[in-house]
Amino acid sequence: MAEFKEISPNASAGAKLTNWMENRFPTAFDAYRVHMSEYYAPKNFNFWYVFGSLSLLVLVIQIVTGIFLVMHYKPDAALAFASVEYIMRDVPWGWLIRYMHSTGASAFFIVVYLHMFRGLLYGSYRKPRELVWIFGCAIFLCLMAEAFMGYLLPWGQMSYWGAQVIVNLFAAIPFVGPDLALLIRGDYVVSDATLNRFFSFHVIAVPLVLLGLVVAHLLALHDVGSNNPDGVEIKGPKAPKDANGKPLDGVPFHPYYTVHDIYAVSVFLMVFTAVIFFAPEASGYFLEANNFIPADPFKTPLHIAPVWYFTPYYSMLRATTDVMVNVLSGIIALGTLGALWKVRMANVLKGALVIVAVVAIVLLKTFDAKFWGVVVMGGAVMVLFTLPWLDRSPVKSIRYRPSWHKYVYAVFVLFFVVLGYLGIQPPSDMGTIIAQTGTLYYFGFFLLMPWWSRLGEPKPVPDRVTFAAH
Amino acid sequence: MSDTPSDNSKRTWLIASGCAGAIGAGFTAVPFVSSFSPSEKAKAAGAAVEADISAIKPGEKMTVEWRGKPVWIVRRTPEQVAELPKNDALLADPESKRKQDELTPVYARNEGRSIKPEYLVVVGICTHLGCSPSDKFQAGPQPSLPDNWPGGFLCPCHGSTFDLAGRVYKNKPAPDNLEVPPHTFLSDTRLLIGEDKKA
Repeated sequence: MAEFKEISPNASAGAKLTNWMENRFPTAFDAYRVHMSEYYAPKNFNFWYVFGSLSLLVLVIQIVTGIFLVMHYKPDAALAFASVEYIMRDVPWGWLIRYMHSTGASAFFIVVYLHMFRGLLYGSYRKPRELVWIFGCAIFLCLMAEAFMGYLLPWGQMSYWGAQVIVNLFAAIPFVGPDLALLIRGDYVVSDATLNRFFSFHVIAVPLVLLGLVVAHLLALHDVGSNNPDGVEIKGPKAPKDANGKPLDGVPFHPYYTVHDIYAVSVFLMVFTAVIFFAPEASGYFLEANNFIPADPFKTPLHIAPVWYFTPYYSMLRATTDVMVNVLSGIIALGTLGALWKVRMANVLKGALVIVAVVAIVLLKTFDAKFWGVVVMGGAVMVLFTLPWLDRSPVKSIRYRPSWHKYVYAVFVLFFVVLGYLGIQPPSDMGTIIAQTGTLYYFGFFLLMPWWSRLGEPKPVPDRVTFAAH
Repeated sequence: MSDTPSDNSKRTWLIASGCAGAIGAGFTAVPFVSSFSPSEKAKAAGAAVEADISAIKPGEKMTVEWRGKPVWIVRRTPEQVAELPKNDALLADPESKRKQDELTPVYARNEGRSIKPEYLVVVGICTHLGCSPSDKFQAGPQPSLPDNWPGGFLCPCHGSTFDLAGRVYKNKPAPDNLEVPPHTFLSDTRLLIGEDKKA
């Protein structure tokens, strides 16, 4: 037990209360120091660093609005659609709570995508922050599950057919797929059973996992310390420190970054509320028009597309046709030949490489393109987990990488946006070719990173963070 | 950690009881995982349905529900039936050889995938990811379709196309032809879907 602290009898009532509490619950006071008042964050954070706090804010908005929605929503295929309209029309201020929740879903993905891109720019996933990144990727995966299952609940046309398509993705897995899809749906078609279990997952199971992962993400971050735009360690053995061992290039999170983040919160809430009040459907991007029609199991809407935040991955799924599978087989064959010709290795390894390549090509040609589409879509998310080990650049931050790296990143972002756009559009031949190019670039960006990230001459990295007082 | 050596006999019992507990937990998981599978009620709702097809005019389609899925009955015109063999070169599986047991009953293993050439009976669910394709019976150029389109179905989700026998075109996301459900004609105007004559 910690030592019992005495306080002067002349102290103020507030100080006495604090002392009384600290003697009985020191953990809370320690946590406040470790995570707020004595958590030293680099002083050179720029605006990219607000999106972590913003995603926490959106998480709170989603949980609070969700609790209130559940008070009026009915998870029953016969009642669900009407209960959502009841919330929109009859529940006092129900429309506001519902629009906060539906806009919050899109806002969540906007801030999380920007937060992830920040990590990509400044190498925030590199040693010793690999686990911070992995917990983050797991959060992203949970968010996708949460958004997908939540979208079924209004039981509109897009809810129904979106769920139908995504559950059928699992059916594409060879051998176990059809049984797995049956287990997910709980029926032979998407039905009341599916709605009920998705409701359960959406309001209980996934949020619990999500909260646990957020705690792990933050604890791991605070153990290893935040990265910064220069990618220079402020707490490393060589970093300058004051007499008390506090990093000279760090400032306490509270009050410096709490104030910084509150400013960002104000700006964010202006945009967020503007959307809620003036464009809650965002022209069909946040809430699709077809979802205002009750689910009809006999009629797929003429044009169905997922909500915008899934469309880059959805485009990759659509891009995986038979032609694409042939292209992938060709790339594997060329890659293997190139490796045999250029890379020095033992004959055993060469043999193993050839066998692996042949098996891969045989598998590619054996199973349907449909299955490989699912693999590509899943792989596009899974590859993010391996990023800490793909990046071999001698420097962390984009600031000190060879200038041409910026173009590699710019093209990556461009293709990601184009893939997202194409995923919203109806399928077309030209669109498919562009999406195939984009898919190849996306995977090339990650899977070839061990090679391209080492190319070029990095710029000299300063010993301390670059910071201009302001 | 303490430096005193551990009591190995206790350690063995700890491991043994830990393993026993894990096995118990595994068995406890069975009812929870099983609760995900379709209920008895869902399994029971799969009876055959009867359809009166007397009202379908040539070139028209009607939809009936069978096991929660749409089943299409298309009355093809003689011209449409005559057009079918011309598509063969463009189709992925013109002779319906893939997954015959699931997709094409014995009596539908022909050019028109039907008992009577005039009537096509298929489950209106795309074999790609389960969307319901839309009717594109009108021949000729139109959005998302080739210029020499002979009439058929287009899946709005991922652009798979099917001809008027429910056969999928080559190089499309859908791997297979549309499923022909078990069906039989009770009379010239009455069709039973979900059961066929046992040979």
